[in-house]
Amino acid sequence: MVIFKIDDLDIRFGSVHAVRGVSMEVLAHEILTVIGPSNSGKTTFLRMLNRMNDLQPNFKMSGTVEFEGDNIRKMNVEILRRKVGTVFALPLPLPLSIFDNVAYGPRMHGLHGRGKLAERVEEALRRAYLWEEVKDRLQESAFKLSGGQQQRLCIARTLAVEPEVILFDEPCSGLDPISTAKVEDAMVKLKQQYTLILVTNNVKQAARVGDRTAFFLSGEMIEIDKTDKIFTAPRDGRTDDYIRGRFG
Amino acid sequence: MRKLREFIIEKLVLLCGLASIFFVVLIFLFLLREGLAVFKTISPSAFLAGKSWYPISEPPQLGILPLILGSLVVTFGAALISIPIGVGCAIYIAEIAPKRLKEILKAGIELLAAIPSVVLGFIGMVTLVPFVKTVFHLPTGLTALSGSIMLAFMAMPTIVSIAEDALYSIPKTYKEGALAMGATHWQAIWRVMLRAASSGILAAIMLGIGRVIGETMAVMMITGNAAVIPHSLFVPVRTLTATIAAEMGEAVIGSEHYFALFAIGIVLFVISFAINVTADLFLHKRQ
Repeated sequence: MVIFKIDDLDIRFGSVHAVRGVSMEVLAHEILTVIGPSNSGKTTFLRMLNRMNDLQPNFKMSGTVEFEGDNIRKMNVEILRRKVGTVFALPLPLPLSIFDNVAYGPRMHGLHGRGKLAERVEEALRRAYLWEEVKDRLQESAFKLSGGQQQRLCIARTLAVEPEVILFDEPCSGLDPISTAKVEDAMVKLKQQYTLILVTNNVKQAARVGDRTAFFLSGEMIEIDKTDKIFTAPRDGRTDDYIRGRFG
Repeated sequence: MRKLREFIIEKLVLLCGLASIFFVVLIFLFLLREGLAVFKTISPSAFLAGKSWYPISEPPQLGILPLILGSLVVTFGAALISIPIGVGCAIYIAEIAPKRLKEILKAGIELLAAIPSVVLGFIGMVTLVPFVKTVFHLPTGLTALSGSIMLAFMAMPTIVSIAEDALYSIPKTYKEGALAMGATHWQAIWRVMLRAASSGILAAIMLGIGRVIGETMAVMMITGNAAVIPHSLFVPVRTLTATIAAEMGEAVIGSEHYFALFAIGIVLFVISFAINVTADLFLHKRQ
C-alpha cells in the first residue's frame, strides 16, 4: 500500500533551491532511509511530509504530496501532524515530568481520565523500549534522563498520539553507540505497526535498519532502491562514491 | 608606575561599588531610627491594625490599617487589569504579531513607560475620573477603581517587556515539538510555551506589581485620599505612598506624626523588598 505519493516536489526558501523535482512513493510498514551529504535537501524533504516547513520564512513549493490519497496542502494540518509524527535530531523533552511528556499529545487531542492516560503512556513507553528504565520515576523531570533515554522518550511521546507514520530526523546524531543501538532496535520493531522514514548522516545506520534507501544530492534524488541493492550495486556512480566515503 | 595606576583605578572602582551599598544601608538605618521611634508611644499592633488615621487630632490616632488596605485594594485592582492584558500583549508580540506590527507595538510600550506618572495622573484626573463617575453613578469619580486603571497603565510596560522576553527566550524547539504532535498554534502557546516561560512571566507580574505599590503621584491625584477602610473598588481610598507624600510637608519634625510617616516608609520598604525578592527567586529559578 502506498502511504505517501510524492510527485515532482520542488522546494525553495527565498533564493535557496532546497529540493529539486523529487518524485517517489513511500510504502506501508517499511523503513525508508534517506541518505546524502549535508545540504542535500533530505531534512527539508522530510519536514515537507507533515508540513513542518510551513513554519519557515519564505517557504515556497510546487508539485504535490499525497498522504493516503489526499493532497496534504488541502488537509487539516493538525490532523496530518497527528498521523505523521516527527522525532527530531536532538532529543527535545518538554519541560515537564516523564509522564506528562508522553501524556501531552493524548491530552491535547482530548483523552482524559487517569486510568486511560496511564494506560496509553505505559503502552507508548513500552513500545519505545523505555518503560523498564523509567517505570519507577514517572513523575521526575524529563531532563534527568540520559540523552538516549530522552530520545526514546521523544519516540514514546510521538507514539502516544497514535500516528501512522513516524519521521526520524537524524535521531541518533547526538547519541553514543549503545544508545544508538537501542534506538535502532526500537525502530526495527516499530515497523510492524508503523511506516518509518529515517533521515540519517550515518550511512551504516541506513544500511542496518533500512528496507529501502533513497540517496539525495544537492536537492535531487539520485536514486531509490532496496537497501541491499543501493549498498552492493547502485546504479549511479555518485551513490557508490558517497557510500564508500569518497565525498560528503 | 603602571602597577600603581592599576591599583588606584581598581580601588576607585571598588569604592563606586561599595558606595551604592553604603547609601542603601545609610538610608535604611535612617528610616529605621526615625520610624521605630513611633513605637515608643504606640504598640506595633495598634499601629498596623489600628482602624483610624487622625494624625493631627489630640491625642493623635495612628492606625494605618485603612492605608494598607487602600494600597492593597488599588494594587489588586491594577493587577486584575494589567496582568491579563499585559501577558496577552506579550503573547501577541512574541508569537503572533507580524514583524512590522511587532516593532510598532514594542515602540508603543516603551513610549507608555516613558510617560511621567504625574502626567498620567493629570490625564486621569480630567478624563478617567469623570468617566468613572458617570458610568458607575458614583458621588465622586475619585475612587480606588480610577487609581487601579491608571496604575494598570504603569504596570503594563514592565509586565509586557519582561514577559515578552521570557517567551522569546524559550527554545524554539519546544514549540516545534508541540506542533509536530499536531498541536494547534494556540495549544502550543498555552500548554508548552506559557508553562516553559512561567517563571519569567511570574517575575514580570511581580515587578509590575512592585511598580504599582510604590507609585505615588498618580494615585495621590486620583484616588480621593480618604483614609477609611475600603469595602469596594468604588470608594475613595488613601494609599501608604500618598499619605507620606501628602503629609510629610506639614508634619512637625520630631512629632509622633512625623515618626509615624517614617514607620509607614518602613512598611512600604518591607513590602517592596518582599516583592522584589520573590521576583528575583522566580527569575533565578528560570536560569
